Amino acid sequence: MGSSLRIVNGRVYDPANGVDGEVRDVCIRDGKIAADAPPDAKRIDAAGMVVMPGGVDIHCHIAGPKVNLARKVQPEDHRYDVHPRTRVTRSGTGGSVPSTFATGYRYAGLGYTTAMEAAVTPLGARHALEELHDTPVIDKGFYVLVGNNVLLYRLLQEGRLEEFRNALAWWIKVTKAYAPKLVNPGGDELWKGQRNANITSLDDKIGPFELTPRKVIAGFIEAATALGLPHPVHIHCNNLGHTGNVATTLETMRLAEGRRTHFAHVQFNSYGPAAGKSQTNPTSGAREIAEFVNTHPNISADVGAVMFGRSTIMTGDAPLAYMLRQFGGTKWVNADTENESGCGIVPFTYQDRVYTNAMQWAVGLELFLLSQDPWRMVFSTDHPNGGSFVTYPRLIRLLMDREFRKARMAEVNQKALDRSGLRDLSREYSLNEIAIVTRAGPARLLGLTRKGQLGVGADADVTIYEEDPDKEKMFSAPRYVIKDGELIIEDHEFRVDHEGRLLHVAPDFDPGIEQVIEPFFEDFYTIRFANYAVDDRYAPHHEIIPTAPQAAGARP
Amino acid sequence: MTEVMTLIGGRSSKQGTALCAGKLAPEYIELTSVVEMNVEDMARLGLSNNSKVRLRTPVGEAVLRCKGRETKDLPSGILFMVYGPMTTQLMAGDTAASGMPISKNIDVEVEPVPEAGTGT
Amino acid sequence: MSENLKFVPHATCTFCGCVCDDMDLTVDMDEKRITKAENACVLGKAWFREHGIEQRPYALIGGREATTAEGVEEAAQILARARFPLIYGLSDTTCEAQRVAVAIADMIGGTVDTTTSVCHGPSGIAFETVGESTASLGEIKNRADMVVFWGGNPAEAHPRLFSRYAVTPKGMYIPNGRKDRTVVLVDVRRTMSTPVADIFLRVKPRSDFEVLWALRALVKGRRVDPSIERRTGVSLAVLEDLVARMKSCRYGAFLFGMGLTMTRGRHFNSGALLALTTDLNEFTHWVAKPVRGHGNVTGADNVVSWQTGFPFGVNFSRGYPRFNPGEFTTVDLLARGETDAILILASDPAANFPKAAIEHLKRIPVISLDPKTTLTSQLARVAFTTATYGINVGGTVYRMDDVAITLRPAFESPYPSDEEILSAIRDRVRALLGGNRVPAVAPAVAAAS
Repeated sequence: MGSSLRIVNGRVYDPANGVDGEVRDVCIRDGKIAADAPPDAKRIDAAGMVVMPGGVDIHCHIAGPKVNLARKVQPEDHRYDVHPRTRVTRSGTGGSVPSTFATGYRYAGLGYTTAMEAAVTPLGARHALEELHDTPVIDKGFYVLVGNNVLLYRLLQEGRLEEFRNALAWWIKVTKAYAPKLVNPGGDELWKGQRNANITSLDDKIGPFELTPRKVIAGFIEAATALGLPHPVHIHCNNLGHTGNVATTLETMRLAEGRRTHFAHVQFNSYGPAAGKSQTNPTSGAREIAEFVNTHPNISADVGAVMFGRSTIMTGDAPLAYMLRQFGGTKWVNADTENESGCGIVPFTYQDRVYTNAMQWAVGLELFLLSQDPWRMVFSTDHPNGGSFVTYPRLIRLLMDREFRKARMAEVNQKALDRSGLRDLSREYSLNEIAIVTRAGPARLLGLTRKGQLGVGADADVTIYEEDPDKEKMFSAPRYVIKDGELIIEDHEFRVDHEGRLLHVAPDFDPGIEQVIEPFFEDFYTIRFANYAVDDRYAPHHEIIPTAPQAAGARP
Repeated sequence: MTEVMTLIGGRSSKQGTALCAGKLAPEYIELTSVVEMNVEDMARLGLSNNSKVRLRTPVGEAVLRCKGRETKDLPSGILFMVYGPMTTQLMAGDTAASGMPISKNIDVEVEPVPEAGTGT
Repeated sequence: MSENLKFVPHATCTFCGCVCDDMDLTVDMDEKRITKAENACVLGKAWFREHGIEQRPYALIGGREATTAEGVEEAAQILARARFPLIYGLSDTTCEAQRVAVAIADMIGGTVDTTTSVCHGPSGIAFETVGESTASLGEIKNRADMVVFWGGNPAEAHPRLFSRYAVTPKGMYIPNGRKDRTVVLVDVRRTMSTPVADIFLRVKPRSDFEVLWALRALVKGRRVDPSIERRTGVSLAVLEDLVARMKSCRYGAFLFGMGLTMTRGRHFNSGALLALTTDLNEFTHWVAKPVRGHGNVTGADNVVSWQTGFPFGVNFSRGYPRFNPGEFTTVDLLARGETDAILILASDPAANFPKAAIEHLKRIPVISLDPKTTLTSQLARVAFTTATYGINVGGTVYRMDDVAITLRPAFESPYPSDEEILSAIRDRVRALLGGNRVPAVAPAVAAAS
């Protein structure tokens, strides 16, 4: 932490501070970006290189119970993609669901320094934190699954909105989560309690509850807004993956009514009605979704692009995984968590000749290319659902290099391409826009004011890429990666190991809410209430990001 | 005379509680030295409760005391005993590339052991 | 009994995989003894009663009393020198200790294997081939109106599986508890568990696979020949009745034991059961759960998996994790005489491994960590006395359904924890090796070959 660095001669992309490719020095002191560095500071000559803040992944699946099941179920996916140890770093395995060490090192190896695990059951929080502790280099956090929570449903159903808000805050705080996550709201009760049924519209009745997804989603947006969380409700919409789901997605977006709301991997929720004679082959709904996001500044989204090749479907949306099982082959994992969630896992391969897969690929690219505000339509593949994070450099090239994109388009299912809007789009992303969608934008959406930027006082998470006309090559292997001011990767090699921080929030709540929650535990959980909250030992290095009321009150 | 029977290794709650006290305690050693056998099989072999019996497999043998169980609980031809130092003597090291040695339903030769001095 | 009593509520029992966290303990702090364990089953009561502080040497080196530090030095020397070292056990300690154990194996290029390989290892292999529909135990408590126990004897091995989780408790959609559930038990013999069942299927030994496969066929509407009864001891009519009930229940759960994994068929048996569970989901909701033995064997599976990608039997000698049951599993490594040094963490293979494996243990340097004297510690070159997890040591354990729970130790032990000893060994080995041991073969070459 004490070391100082001065990066000179590099072209700096720091969109949060309006710096677009200027050659200027970046100085680092005590783990932060500084105005200057002492004369004896180590100098990095970045001539011919691009300097950016470290990447920030707003939505990925890298740690916790479902991720570990997905690892365990695919030994064949690890065997061909090993991650050898070095003198200073641990070994691991890769494939679409890498081991924890490989995950941290590979993110760092792409120039990413922060990543958010996007779906952890509250009961699985302790497990997720243990894995995140073993995920090196990067800072990390997770979103906690609350959208099918039975007790929260009961409070909402009974109109006990203040208690609902307090209970939500309690759940976020005691699990050390970063944001509330909704996945296919209402779907779990039908899946688990009604012979594997599912929600089909926002107005379906949710099993025995006097509730609908519409009411649930609105309730969460309301409560999270009141709590002033740095990142708003993070929604995986109903009907994800289904042909024609664009209508459900737009309806859900309208429920936000001007309040900040984030929509996860919208590509999977941007499919138009079936095309031609087919009952199932979707058309593209990208234009409608992009237009809605463009015109509603309260809405943000990550794309969840699909990249061809091996992936793993892993989701809290258990009925979806069950549906995909018919295409996925032989293995299917389902895991129900009491009172909280469902989960499904299916190893999956996206094939460029398959109509639906090609359409998904095209829809993802369309969303990027139709977006008018890169700050609110940010980069993700919903790793590993749409593809592994190791495909990011290729996705960047697809956005930055029209000729490359065209060549790739020629190889995919042409019928699908005909019914997408991709052929009409000739836009190319600039380096500045890439810096926004992969760094500055996600950091801003997360409310991480010291990340995704290189202003004085920012976390000294910096990536230096060697310029190359081949953007895939350029973004595949940064020359230098600096985390908290420490030179982790130098000349493409790991010099030291590093442990990043857990980023979480701790919203305030009325302690009286525990008297409401505890009896429910006695009746319906198999773990005692007193043993449920996760203590600080699970976050040895951590940073609490304040909520709006906490920041306003200038709490320590 | 010998007969081939099927030996099931398993656990019992007594074994579980004795285990906590220690596997070197006399109670544990006693518990793991008894084989349960169908009463009709025992009668046929001339055995009674506490008689000594030798179990043998291609890898080893163990001498145990037997204890009768009614047919409704333990069918003819089946033996049960709790895992312990004695069962290890009978288990083969091969796992058929699974990591797991066959620990239940092992074919064993059963042979009564005459006891000196008892006259039976 | 002294007056100096301490009450420790919400403690966790780590005797078996049920990992019940509702133990209310009374501790005699003068005698360093737990005098009462409220809510504990008969096994749990013995677990808490029998883990006082015994007067034992901190370490024994070749039978001679030594300090922990001397033991660490000797252990580190053995591990740093060994060419094909093995770290085994892991299932009766905290995840914190397990993480260090895997780290040592990675650093020295050894092998790490857990008691899973001789427990539900075959179910782990089956999981890798067909997947699994599963649930946390609370879902079974709250929803399961049909529960099938297969190849296990919970009444004696996991008593509270019946009383706390799966048979008698009332749940959200099971308001009347036991009365709202159909309970089926499948085994080769009657046990203490049999009386709990509404339906008992006694299958012939070594025919579980055939019964499961016949059930799969019936679920899919295929014809099964009545000769199935001759082969398995179960009539076609009984199987048909069972299938009808399985398809019509609301939420079904299999809880299966080592009656499937330790017998003919091994992972095929577990695989057949998991595949049957998947098949049943065409009709209604079904889950399956291997019933796990040791208190934190599920934690061992999780830790080894997240650190390496594989659940057990993992070798690091090429510089990265490789998994191959039969090659890197402990019984095989020992029975073939391949291992040249072994660290045994909280396990007693000398008491339950096949004879050939035990014979090899007697030939090589053994390092053991255990709160008690065991057959294994007796043949160890270095035997550490450790504090007992859950009683003297805090940390994390995983219940059989992957739910992680934080331990609340009852009183302090003078002995160090597994994690402390392992961390000291790791640091010393690192110093001896000058960092992680990187194989001479360049990793890129190794990876490609």
